[in-house]
Amino acid sequence: MTTQPDLQATRVAKHYGAFRAVDELSFSVARGSFFSILGPSGCGKTTLLRMIAGFLEPDAGNIQIGGKAMNGVPPNRRPVNMVFQHLALFPMMNVGENVGYGLARRGVAKDETKLRVGEMLERVSLAGAQAKRVDQLSGGQKQRVAIARSLVLEPTLLLLDEPLGALDLKLREHMKIELKALQAAFGTTFVYITHDQSEALVLSDHVAVMNHGRFEQLGTPQQLYYEPQTPFVAGFVGANNRIAGVATQINGLEVSVTSAEGLVIPARAIGKVSRGDAVEAFVRPEVARLARSAAVLMDAGLPTFSARVDSLLFDGANSAVLLREAQSNTEFRIALPQTGEFADLAVGETVAFGFDAQRAVCFAG
Amino acid sequence: MKTQARLTLLLLLAPALLWLISLILLPHVELGILSLRARVAPRVYEPSLAQFATFIEEPLYWHTFVRTALMSILATAITLVMAFPVAWTIAKIARGRNKSLLFVMCLIPFWVSETVRTLGWMILLRESGVLPAVLVSLGVTPAPVEMLYHDATILVGLVYTSMLFMVIPLISALESLDDSLIEAAYDLGGNGWSILRQIIIPHAAPGMVAGCIVVFMLTLGNYLTPTLLGGKNSQWFTEQIYTQFITRFNWEQGAAFGFLLLGLSTVIVWAGLRLSGQRFGEVMQKT
Repeated sequence: MTTQPDLQATRVAKHYGAFRAVDELSFSVARGSFFSILGPSGCGKTTLLRMIAGFLEPDAGNIQIGGKAMNGVPPNRRPVNMVFQHLALFPMMNVGENVGYGLARRGVAKDETKLRVGEMLERVSLAGAQAKRVDQLSGGQKQRVAIARSLVLEPTLLLLDEPLGALDLKLREHMKIELKALQAAFGTTFVYITHDQSEALVLSDHVAVMNHGRFEQLGTPQQLYYEPQTPFVAGFVGANNRIAGVATQINGLEVSVTSAEGLVIPARAIGKVSRGDAVEAFVRPEVARLARSAAVLMDAGLPTFSARVDSLLFDGANSAVLLREAQSNTEFRIALPQTGEFADLAVGETVAFGFDAQRAVCFAG
Repeated sequence: MKTQARLTLLLLLAPALLWLISLILLPHVELGILSLRARVAPRVYEPSLAQFATFIEEPLYWHTFVRTALMSILATAITLVMAFPVAWTIAKIARGRNKSLLFVMCLIPFWVSETVRTLGWMILLRESGVLPAVLVSLGVTPAPVEMLYHDATILVGLVYTSMLFMVIPLISALESLDDSLIEAAYDLGGNGWSILRQIIIPHAAPGMVAGCIVVFMLTLGNYLTPTLLGGKNSQWFTEQIYTQFITRFNWEQGAAFGFLLLGLSTVIVWAGLRLSGQRFGEVMQKT
């Protein structure tokens, strides 16, 4: 038995003059999943979300929600609710009235509305908060009220428009976990848009990386991270060292990339790469290994480079070091292992680094 | 140091205090005394409530009084209803240059004095004027109709004069409304009417009440528009005051009428605030 996807978009497009905000997108979102659209600002993700919500009509294509075509259906008649960027709680109403607003608009009886509002607030751990004013709530509580206000209507889809964007870092980390737990508890299909790759990777079952109105890649967070299909995804998801050069040697899937400065590195080809092609190679900071002597790396069978420490970027668990490769003076960012082995590393010191060629990727430019 | 600071404050406040005391407080005290005395012989006065008794005993006076209040409330209500869509268009729909253009269009009539604007209406509406002639040429009426000197004419003039004072607080009230609140309400199943009633009006209420207070006071105290557009039929209370002071030279009666009008506007503004559940301080910040 195949289950009906909750959201199905077929060649959806939206143009503003010659600018293609959303360019013939087709995708589907499975029931009960957490789907994120990740992209830089201006990539068209907000336009796409507003078309799903019904605030914008697509110029071409179809959007089906829960198996029903949504062309010409206004937002107040779609089985879709949205959590807005700044949450848009109604300041003229208390928490209970905010959550009950949608039910009242549907003509649900007062007693039942009261009951369901109470249950919903309990599920988002805000039991008994009905009489509170919106401005008495903390940032996290406001977000839970905004989600409760939407989920009380039991929508097929819940759309979230960067709801964590306005929060400070600590709270954002906390709300990420809370959001994932809420989604798991309710089982509602979430469609989440963000420009923050960490939010997308942590929260989602599937992520679409969007750029210039198109999906660059759609896959699980792991696929995006380990198997980027385009240079944009490799550069946008996670940190990466980018080396532009020419493919000088091809050995099966392994390509030797020679940069203009004369650096030669091996990388795994994604897609077709021929000898002499201009290519872009990407090496993740956390993939490279650092050593005080080159012999350790050579024994491990890794291509090895010598480099000088340019600066230390201490950031607790995310500490890294900026190196200059000895021959080509190319800058490399490499994650600092947490073993304490390099705790005394000093600027100007000469070290060796190497990486597994299979875990570096390269694309024909 | 402290005395110096106090002196500075006093000097800074001096113009405002001077204005308040000499132009508002003193005349009112004087008028208050005038209204509460009666002339018993040339240059002999004694305290009395005779003026207020006259007001109650003479139906013309209190009829005019009530009529002025009701017409002013009506004019305020019409102004609010007409100004709302205008303010909405300027605050929420128009963008960039169109927005300033629309706003300037509201403002331009006020570059001309009220007398000239009112005379403009007279040119349009009098029997030999533009509108009756148009109606005749269109065959709507067989002969020119006199459109001046009706209550409706007075209302037209009052609403026209007051529009700007309603539009400005409404624009600022509506501009501060976050568009995503409207979208959120729409998304949660609201329709145009329920969003207006539950989201927009509660948000704009202080601005609406502020506009209403200003317009009501301007209308109640207006002399020119009712006199010119209503003619002898206008029966506006300010005309009664004028007559007492200028024609009859009965300052005592005029002063009493003035205080009655002040009392009336105070009571109605208070009642309006109570009915709309707004607080005076909050509303005044919006004007």
